[in-house]
Amino acid sequence: MASTAPQITAPSVGQALPTEWRDFFALTKPRVMTLVIFTAICGLLAAPGNIHPIIGFTAILAIAMGAGGSAALNCWWEADIDAGMKRTMSRPLPGGRMRREDARDFGIFLSGVSIVVMGLAVGWLAASLLLGAIIYYAVIYTMWLKPRTPQNIVIGGGAGAFPPLIGWVAVTGDITAMPLLLFAIIFFWTPPHFWALALFVQSDYAKVGIPMLPVVAGEKVTRRQIMFYTLLLTPVAIAPWYIGGTSWIYGSVAVVLSALFLVLALPVFTRMRAEVDAMTPEKTLFKFSIVYLFVLFAALVADRVAFYQGWIA
Amino acid sequence: MTPDEEREFLRRRKARNWVVLGTLIFFVVLFYAITIVRLGAQH
Repeated sequence: MASTAPQITAPSVGQALPTEWRDFFALTKPRVMTLVIFTAICGLLAAPGNIHPIIGFTAILAIAMGAGGSAALNCWWEADIDAGMKRTMSRPLPGGRMRREDARDFGIFLSGVSIVVMGLAVGWLAASLLLGAIIYYAVIYTMWLKPRTPQNIVIGGGAGAFPPLIGWVAVTGDITAMPLLLFAIIFFWTPPHFWALALFVQSDYAKVGIPMLPVVAGEKVTRRQIMFYTLLLTPVAIAPWYIGGTSWIYGSVAVVLSALFLVLALPVFTRMRAEVDAMTPEKTLFKFSIVYLFVLFAALVADRVAFYQGWIA
Repeated sequence: MTPDEEREFLRRRKARNWVVLGTLIFFVVLFYAITIVRLGAQH
């Protein structure tokens, strides 16, 4: 849809005044970054081996800067789309509080600094993965696939799945099955999480022409896809325990959480929207999916810390 | 620019400059600490 970055006209006063630093901060999507930082810290803490606290802090900072930079590039590219959606219309660019090229330059600068800092302080494998994550989100997802395919969320999930992988690699310096499983958990978690949201905010996406699955393929297909990816997520979430990468602590939490996820996804799968509908099952699934990911990764860290401390065999 | 706009202009520029200064100091300290850690690891 958006093959070139469209023009946003800012109010004259907004353009004459320097942009507030808070607006630059808002470009980095701080709320999304919470999950990025949390999963990156979990990957870092769960990895076998030691990392100096200052290097570990730098790795997390670089991941956060990379996420912030790619989010700024996303805001730059999607300013016209953001202007058409209630949820995003007050962001700095559609709000007319920032020049478009400033957002682009800020995104490129932040991304570049994040890669250099990661490479110099932590290692170039982690830096390469960070570069891959930034390109994946800002270019492959935002510019290429999001406006073109209703499977955009499935592909976009890959971008959000990088942080624990990078956090892990920052400690170990190599890629093994465990960090790839952490990647896969977030990858398969993203579709049911986001499509549950898209089901109850679909009118917004339809308005700006983004081919979200509920808009293009309809509710029935979306509900089926939510169930499909929930079914795929279940074995992937349990796999770290199954392959012996974690103990019963993570295993039991993963089994219980996955069972709950399935129980909550089932009514979303089986029902259709009524004429007057509060969309309660969809909202419940969306909220639970956030809790699911936080608790699952927290359990992973608790499990690994207990193991490395020798509290469990 | 009206006097009010000029005041707002100066306020925003000052606030941004403080943030840039703080960020620079933070990175100077961080790079110093990283250097010490990396050098320590080599000995």
